[in-house]
Amino acid sequence: MKIFGLIAVLVVGALLLSATSDFPDWRDKDSPANKSPVSSFYIEKTEKLTKVPNMVTAVLADYRGYDTMFETVVIFIAGIGIIAVLRNFDGPNSSSIKRENNDEGGGLLARFTCSLILPFIQIFALYVVAHGHHSPGGGFQGGVMLGASYILAALAFGLSKAKDIFSERRTMIFAAVGIFIYVGWGVLCLLFGKEFLNYEALDSILPGDAKMARSHSMLIVEIGVAFTVTAIMFSMYSNLSTRGRLSKGL
Amino acid sequence: MIWQFDIIILIFLVIAAIISLRLKDLLGASMVFGIYSFLICLLWAEMGAVDVAFTEAAVGAGVSTVIMIATVFSTKRRSKD
Repeated sequence: MKIFGLIAVLVVGALLLSATSDFPDWRDKDSPANKSPVSSFYIEKTEKLTKVPNMVTAVLADYRGYDTMFETVVIFIAGIGIIAVLRNFDGPNSSSIKRENNDEGGGLLARFTCSLILPFIQIFALYVVAHGHHSPGGGFQGGVMLGASYILAALAFGLSKAKDIFSERRTMIFAAVGIFIYVGWGVLCLLFGKEFLNYEALDSILPGDAKMARSHSMLIVEIGVAFTVTAIMFSMYSNLSTRGRLSKGL
Repeated sequence: MIWQFDIIILIFLVIAAIISLRLKDLLGASMVFGIYSFLICLLWAEMGAVDVAFTEAAVGAGVSTVIMIATVFSTKRRSKD
């Protein structure tokens, strides 16, 4: 059986390698992606139309807002799926267990180091979210870093300590609120008389003109993404590391 | 930009991928997979795709390694094949 697997891998690998010669060269200005009017539109007009220097964020959160919205929904569904598969509600509940297991979490050095660096990680994560449309980053990356800071707290101080800050109920509320912010912002555009997720409709309630409204709306949408991603990352970790009991971490 | 760096990173990338597939110890395999993610993050950054590199560093090398290690602790540590 193994030999068939090897043959299949070799054949597919050889096919893929032979197909790489058809690829356009790197930075080839005649490649299909560079010749299409879409990419030149983004490159030339993005900063003029949206006042956002980071083109990647502008494409993600504005021009392809639907895509990012449903990506966030996919993350939400993945988190719900992990809870549906893994969450174990019988057995000792996390709230009924007393804190006799003080041995969870890391040692003294790990606790001290984490208490020193955790604020900086969180502030940097918030900076990445808030500055995502001006520098690399955005809601997804910042949300993952914020979620990772709670995971680090769970690793160093024990899952029960981390759950005091970010309980399961709060996690799910945060995840839902994130999607609510994103979709609600799109619906708000509808209420102001333009298309769904057409941020130019909101220039009357946001400071600045219609172009600045797109820039500000991207920030708000990124904040929604960050809410969902933070909550789902922490929920994933706490369910996977305790087999769904949420009682005793690593 | 400097193609020698590309080649070196690419060679390490292939080595890390093969090692993480061949290791019997699943904890070590997930750690090597984290190294793989960091290397491909370097490649993205070097090719100018900074946003993708950032995502790869945060998601691929950071959180998914932690989640994989957390999962290894609740299954068996040794792989059979």
